Amino acid sequence: MTAVIPGRSATDRRESVLRVVAPVAVGVIVLGVWQFLVSVVGVSDYLLPSPAAIVEQFVEFFGSMVSATGITGLNALLGLVVGSLLGILLAALAAGWRPIDHMSAPVVASLAVIPIVALAPVLNSMFGADSQFGRQAIAGLASFVPVFINTLRGFRQTLPVHRDLMKVYAASSGQIVRTVTLPTAVPFVFTGIRIASSLAVISALVAEYFGGPRGGLGGLISTSAASSAYPRAWAYVVASIVLGLVFFLAMLALERLATRGRRHS
Amino acid sequence: MTTQTQPQAADTTDAVTVRGVDKTFETRSGQVHALQSIDLTVSAGEFVSLIGPSGCGKSTLMRLIADLDQPTAGSVSVFGKTAKQARLDQDYGIAFQQAGLLPWRTVSANVGLPLELHGTSSRERTSRITELLDMVGLSDFSDRYPDQLSGGMQQRVAIARSLAEKPDLLLMDEPFGALDEMTRERMQTELVRICAETGAAVVFVTHSIPEAVYLSDRVVVMSPRPGRIQEIIPMALDRAPAAADGLREERAFFDMVTAVREALHTGSPVPSGPRGVENR
Repeated sequence: MTAVIPGRSATDRRESVLRVVAPVAVGVIVLGVWQFLVSVVGVSDYLLPSPAAIVEQFVEFFGSMVSATGITGLNALLGLVVGSLLGILLAALAAGWRPIDHMSAPVVASLAVIPIVALAPVLNSMFGADSQFGRQAIAGLASFVPVFINTLRGFRQTLPVHRDLMKVYAASSGQIVRTVTLPTAVPFVFTGIRIASSLAVISALVAEYFGGPRGGLGGLISTSAASSAYPRAWAYVVASIVLGLVFFLAMLALERLATRGRRHS
Repeated sequence: MTTQTQPQAADTTDAVTVRGVDKTFETRSGQVHALQSIDLTVSAGEFVSLIGPSGCGKSTLMRLIADLDQPTAGSVSVFGKTAKQARLDQDYGIAFQQAGLLPWRTVSANVGLPLELHGTSSRERTSRITELLDMVGLSDFSDRYPDQLSGGMQQRVAIARSLAEKPDLLLMDEPFGALDEMTRERMQTELVRICAETGAAVVFVTHSIPEAVYLSDRVVVMSPRPGRIQEIIPMALDRAPAAADGLREERAFFDMVTAVREALHTGSPVPSGPRGVENR
């Protein structure tokens, strides 16, 4: 036993080192090959700017990167929060009251198949060219669907044995919701929000391609590309990736926090 | 009803009285007679097992006593009240085949769940939880989560939870059904001890003959389609804690096992073994 445990923990450590080193190595190799293609093989700059050029632009326009990320990020965040809250609220109503479930099913199904991009020009003209509201609404719509579907599923996962137990304890409906229904649904709600977090960023960003106020990441990507500033366009793409990752990781952390103590086996 | 097997005074109210109960379920393919003219009395402090093949309605009968389902005809009373009133008054504790613990609560929070729902003060709750975990031998695991426990330990937590409000009646629906034989026998021994300590009456659903014989004062043998009581067999075994361990190897134990087995076979449609076993 005593001989086995240190052996296993050493493998564990090697495993976790590998988990960090492997993706970093892949990244370095890809960047190396990329830089090699551009500066030695001579792929032209407008086809593929070199990583060095992109980094240079990123540093040069860092202030604009930050403010653009802030604008798009705020749109995505507002959309995500409002869309998720609406999704949870409506799912709770649908779970508790059958008619609402039947009424909402076709609406949600049609929302789920709307290409978000198609809505952008319409909403932009609805709310005016100087308003961010259209983008926030699009991010909200995109977030609503996965949160609603997953939450509704979660509310229906209550085990029969738990329901029997609550009846035996003569628990009030408020107590049942608090002690069994909600905790059962929590992991499902967070799965929905995690999916929604990426969708919110993508939708807020793509919505900027279709007019409305400039200054967000999507707007600056299209302006830079239109003025042939390809390395700068790529730098904004990098900033968009960072924004998406930040959203995803923040939601993942929130999920871990809310479901701590459950994953022990 | 024999009185010699009832540990408590005969003048106390019976724990469970079932009179002329029928239960019919409506299904798509027509009516299913789950129970037909059931009469059963469980005295205070008495351990009664319900045994029979699948579909004999033993779990349904227990659910009627627990007021989780309502009888189609007849009456069920618990400590002289209706089953519903007894449920609202928390007169019984219950354990199912699945432990049914809440996976997001620690062991002690699970045991304390009924107390919490019924507004017991947190100091009282803590001391009662300590007592209960001590009783089922899980004091060292109070901060663990259910996923971290073995099946037998989870079932012990469920039993501790069912005892939380010191009920005078315990309803148990195959609580050891999913456990391996070794764990099962250990749990049975513990249950005998716990029952002796608490003096509660028990209605115990099982399909294991040795389990029913080992635990019970009386074994109710049921037969299927429609579910009815075939025979009620009183057990005459010395269940004093000192003797409990050797009980499974005694001559009297095997005689009782044979008696229950033969009663079960009389009720089944397949003819097997000697028939016409004497009643009681």
